[in-house]
Amino acid sequence: MSSHATPDRTKYFVPEPSWYPFALTAGLVAVIIGVWGYLEDKHVGLVPVLAGVAVAISIIWMWMYRVSHESEGGFYGPQVDRTFRWGMSWFIFSEVAFFGAFFGALYYARQLSLPWLAGEGAEQSTNALLWPGFENVWPSNGPGAIGGDFETIPEWGIPFLNTVLLITSSFTVTWAHHALKEGKRQACIAWMIVTVLLGATFLYYQVGEYAEAYSELNLTLGSGIYGSTFFMLTGFHGMHVTLGTLMLIIITGRLISGHFKPDYHFGFEGVAWYWHFVDVVWIGLFTFVYVL
Amino acid sequence: MSHDHAHAGHADDHHHGPVQLSDGFGKWILRWITTTNHKDLGTLYLLLSCTMFLIGGLMSLVIRAELWMPGLQFVDPEFFNQMTTLHALVMIFGGVMPGFVGLANWMVPMQVGAGDLALPRVNNWGFWILPFAFTMLLSGLFMDSGAPAGGWTMYPPLVLQTGSSFPMLIFAVHLMGISSITGAINVVVTILNMRAPGMTLLKLPLFSWTWLVTGYLLIATMPVLAGAVTMLLTDKYFATSFFSAAGGGDPVMFQHIFWFFGHPEVYILILPAFGVISTIIPTFARKRLFGYDSMVYAVASIAFLSFIVWAHHMFTVGMPLAGELFFMFATMLIAVPTGVKVFNWIATMWRGAMTFETPMLFAIAFVFLFTIGGFSGLMLAIAPADFQYHDTYFVVAHFHYVLVPGAVFAIIAAVYYWIPKWTGVMYNETLGKLHFWLSAIFINVLFFPQHFIGLAGMQRRVPDYALAFADVNEWSSIGAFGFFVAQFLMLYNFARCVWFRGGMQKATARVWEGAHGLEWTVPSPAPYHTFEVPPVLPPDESTVVWDEADEVVTGNKG
Amino acid sequence: MSMMKGGLRLALIAALLASGAAHGVAYEPGHWNMPVGVTEMSRTVFGLHMLIFWVCVGIAVLVFGAMFYSVFAHRKSRHPKPADFHESTAVEIAWTVVPFVILVLMAIPAAGTLVKMEDMRGSEVSIKVTGFQWKWQYEYLDQGVSFYSTLHADSNRARQLHSGIDPNSVPNYLLEVDNRLVVPTGKKLRFLITANDVIHAWWVPDLAVKKDAIPGFVNEMWAIVETPGIYRGVCAELCGRDHGFMPIVVEAVEPAKYEQWLAARKAGQPTDIGHGPARSDVAAASNVASDAVAAVPAQASSEPAAPAAASADGEKVYNAQCAACHQPTGKGMPPSFPALVGSAIVNGPAAAHIQHTLKGKNLMPPFARLSDADIAAAVTHERTSWGNQGGAVTAEQVRAQRGK
Ligand code: HEA
Ligand code: HEA
Ligand code: CUA
Ligand SMILES: [Cu+2]
Repeated sequence: MSSHATPDRTKYFVPEPSWYPFALTAGLVAVIIGVWGYLEDKHVGLVPVLAGVAVAISIIWMWMYRVSHESEGGFYGPQVDRTFRWGMSWFIFSEVAFFGAFFGALYYARQLSLPWLAGEGAEQSTNALLWPGFENVWPSNGPGAIGGDFETIPEWGIPFLNTVLLITSSFTVTWAHHALKEGKRQACIAWMIVTVLLGATFLYYQVGEYAEAYSELNLTLGSGIYGSTFFMLTGFHGMHVTLGTLMLIIITGRLISGHFKPDYHFGFEGVAWYWHFVDVVWIGLFTFVYVL
Repeated sequence: MSHDHAHAGHADDHHHGPVQLSDGFGKWILRWITTTNHKDLGTLYLLLSCTMFLIGGLMSLVIRAELWMPGLQFVDPEFFNQMTTLHALVMIFGGVMPGFVGLANWMVPMQVGAGDLALPRVNNWGFWILPFAFTMLLSGLFMDSGAPAGGWTMYPPLVLQTGSSFPMLIFAVHLMGISSITGAINVVVTILNMRAPGMTLLKLPLFSWTWLVTGYLLIATMPVLAGAVTMLLTDKYFATSFFSAAGGGDPVMFQHIFWFFGHPEVYILILPAFGVISTIIPTFARKRLFGYDSMVYAVASIAFLSFIVWAHHMFTVGMPLAGELFFMFATMLIAVPTGVKVFNWIATMWRGAMTFETPMLFAIAFVFLFTIGGFSGLMLAIAPADFQYHDTYFVVAHFHYVLVPGAVFAIIAAVYYWIPKWTGVMYNETLGKLHFWLSAIFINVLFFPQHFIGLAGMQRRVPDYALAFADVNEWSSIGAFGFFVAQFLMLYNFARCVWFRGGMQKATARVWEGAHGLEWTVPSPAPYHTFEVPPVLPPDESTVVWDEADEVVTGNKG
Repeated sequence: MSMMKGGLRLALIAALLASGAAHGVAYEPGHWNMPVGVTEMSRTVFGLHMLIFWVCVGIAVLVFGAMFYSVFAHRKSRHPKPADFHESTAVEIAWTVVPFVILVLMAIPAAGTLVKMEDMRGSEVSIKVTGFQWKWQYEYLDQGVSFYSTLHADSNRARQLHSGIDPNSVPNYLLEVDNRLVVPTGKKLRFLITANDVIHAWWVPDLAVKKDAIPGFVNEMWAIVETPGIYRGVCAELCGRDHGFMPIVVEAVEPAKYEQWLAARKAGQPTDIGHGPARSDVAAASNVASDAVAAVPAQASSEPAAPAAASADGEKVYNAQCAACHQPTGKGMPPSFPALVGSAIVNGPAAAHIQHTLKGKNLMPPFARLSDADIAAAVTHERTSWGNQGGAVTAEQVRAQRGK
């Protein structure tokens, strides 16, 4: 793509036509077709997934590359900067709502469905006729003992360590931010690297925890409502940490190649916001999934 | 809707005009695929919406044909359920939502005096997801095990019996969610960040206001729907137990999560319609909107209340008494702010100087028929009575009254109202009026009788029924075919404005004698780029919303 | 002109509804309102319904009256110069407060009714109602009586696609069953509602009871039927292909008669209470509607999981359980319902076929609730009919597959 003429910062920046979005969607749809084939035994093979992922990743890469160059090239006036701030805030808000659905499921199971199955409230008959003898204890895999006996992960071991790691990383990213604002690029990069390492360590432990749950504790996605909520909540959180870590790496790369200015660096801030969000979700998880 | 740029004189525009078909077919296709222009994308959204309305309408005709007489004449019950399910999903997610997003694309930047939406590339993404998503949604019709047939509400465990189209249903919903969220963020950010200097929030035209609130509802609830269907997916394929009692979950949990999205969703479908009506009535009454501030507060209260009423769709699931009482009271409360809106519209007409061009006719029909739908909604809100109404045709009648002469009439009114601005020519008024009267009559033949059979005991989602309901169903089916056919008058009328303009009357910049707002200060058709440099509004209160001197206040042509 | 249209229509509705208000049995032709019903609760609900209805009509007359008056009087040709008022705090407060007050006045009786409905105390007869795809099971708790209730054979034949049978020729089309739910009048009945596969909803308008039947949970509701009679209802929650074809028929009888019926049922003796009319194709043979005749299509399922009573006649089981989808001819209705004729599963290994039957797949519900003998009989019928060469299976083979 040819690059723009000269930036005109009196006008709001409207990008020229772009084929990225369409291609990105096409990539995603290819992935979906592959996954559909896998789920429904349609034998479409790995090609759609691999091709789709390749397309999607390269498009995202090109798109981000372009945005960073538009940004560094001075095309984004202060109004565009505000757009990004608003946009990122609303995006994070939507993510909160997404996690809300799963936290809601956890709440519902623990406060409503399990007590009902155990005959509380107006539901004596549910227990007496359908699930005699079932008692409401948490963790639970339901009156059908779906998935068989399992053990849970002790919260004050690795989960607590992970909490410390993530909270620390929220601080380090903030220190990196301060360093950037004060023009101390080297310090900023150093703190960013620390943040990335903390994120990666978190993920390392998380993966280990999953492996242990599956192999030692018989705790799986199929372990009734406990396993379902546990893995869906921590799993989606883990995906967000992965994404956040990747973005931190990219931002670090941009810092190394001289991007961002002490007073103009929303790309950096957006990722930092996201990282804090991921951190806050974890605190919710630690409290409601592990401790309580 | 093409824009004839050779004739539109705007020398200050440093961009080139958009590629035309005459520049080559490939290039022209590429223009639409790659465009970042809000007007292009608005056009695409509206075309998609129109297509989906027709597909969803055809499905409803399959439904009505089968229901014409008792006994099964045309389709298998399973296919009937597929039609009901897809009809609703296509109409809601493919017809009404893209319709309003299309209107927002076109009008919000023009109304707030911005050059485009805030994030144009993301805007393109939001649109181009949709054709893929709907192809996926409908793909089930071509699979051996058929399309989803569990109702648009997708309740488990039934929906988990869907065949190979199940993952496609889930992923299609995910994609629609992404599209809605990106679209909503775009509109919200545009309104919050890109208003022309002097356009305070309380001067914002009501269509933009309602969209601001709608956008908020979308961002808050679409992810919840995405979460809900994700749990369906894992329950079916990955052994989770969210919706199974044996594992400690509950099928009803899905309903709570779904309706936490679903109820705000129905206001997502109607709030922009309120905005449209609040724009059209003052224009044709030649009188300023009555109670602007209370309109804004009413929209905000409706949005707030919409988050705490969801379980009125679930009165029969066996909730604890306290829950039923709470949701009943909260639901009834919504009548208050909605009433304020209805009263304000009538007060706007009161002692105005009304003329009845097609948009106004549709707007008046909206006020009348939407309110009827609101009354039946209020009846449904009374929990003990809802035990009798629930899942009958009384509910079907309720929601079609608020959706078809509500949301769909508003979209139609909006297109009649703004199409001269978009295309530069006036639609044919006689044909428009004819279309209105046919629509208004047939829609009532179609849906009014459904109240009665619902009360008398006909349940929803059935392909066949007891003999007592035969007559009424026949009228309803006649109404359905009549209504559907009448829409082609409108499509013909619009097609002439867009493509075959020979003999059509040219539109002025202001188009309507009583029209107000920035969009009327640019020429018709609106140039490809408007307000690249924001217009400056005089700081006194009465400029954008109302212009005493009947003059164009801002001369900026972008 | 428009104003007259609106007014006329309202008058029309009002007249229609008023005419229906005097009596009311659901599903009666020409009756276009909610049935008044035969319980105190149903009358209360009906009253509430009419109350809100008239309140809405009242508000509608005022609101639409004002609007159409304005449309008439304030058109440009009559009223060329628009006024320029655009707000009035007093008026706006008034039309916020007045509707609010009206709503409160409606909420009070509504809340009262709701509280009464939820009061389960003092029930005398408890009946467990279980929804299946697509039939109901009724169990009289502590009585040891239970049976299934399915769509009456006449309706079932007429309702097939291209059946060639005019539904108008079938009495109570889609509203008749083989075995009715028999209840005593004047007693507080407690219904315990649940489901086996997907969500259903048990609804009898004349009793003003509707509750969802949710797998894994039991919902409760109650009714006191005042007058003997036959009250019809339907499944009111989408439950798959034959959601429209699983009606409910309640036969309310005097308590003495009820006891008589219960005793006969327990003893396995025929009784003339509680089943639908004879199927029309066998009606000529006997109009004494004996159990043996009337219950044929559902007999196999009447005594679930009781091997002794299981029918060895595979065709009967097949016709009652499988034919709705796979058709008596075994040809199915592709694409949704595959043909069994020449099917790979039916002609393949018996274990897989039995598994498929026990567990179901996609649209097909699981049939594990049937007895081993019934399943064996039906599976054998499928494997040996219509040219299929799968070979017979035994009840032992079925038992061996259970729980796998
Ligand atoms: C555009 C969409 C839309 C809108 C705006 C509404 C508006 C309302 N709806 Fe509706 N509704 C649906 C779409 C919509 N609904 C759909 C799609 C379903 C079915 C989903 C499914 O199951 O598939 C449904 C179902 C539904 C139910 C569940 C029924 C059931 O399944 O048993 C209920 C119950 O409370 C309900 C209530 C209401 C109420 C109280 C309003 C209120 O907002 C209405 C308020 C308006 C007025 C009341 C009129 C104007 C007011 C005045 C003139 C003031 C004075 C009036 C009084 C004081 C009475 N709706
Ligand atoms: C917005 C939503 C919407 C719309 C527009 C409609 C429109 C129609 N609907 Fe439906 N319907 C639903 C939403 C909608 N419906 C929902 C949510 C359900 C419940 C599903 C469920 O139970 O799961 C339902 C169910 C439903 C049933 C019950 C089915 C059952 O229970 O089995 C029936 C039966 O008569 C029916 C009929 C119709 C008919 C005849 C129309 C006709 O009005 C259709 C006529 C055609 C049009 C309205 C298109 C005209 C517009 C244009 C051509 C576009 C113009 C556009 C631009 C200019 C941009 N619908
Ligand atoms: Cu059972 Cu519907
Ligand atoms: Cu609702």
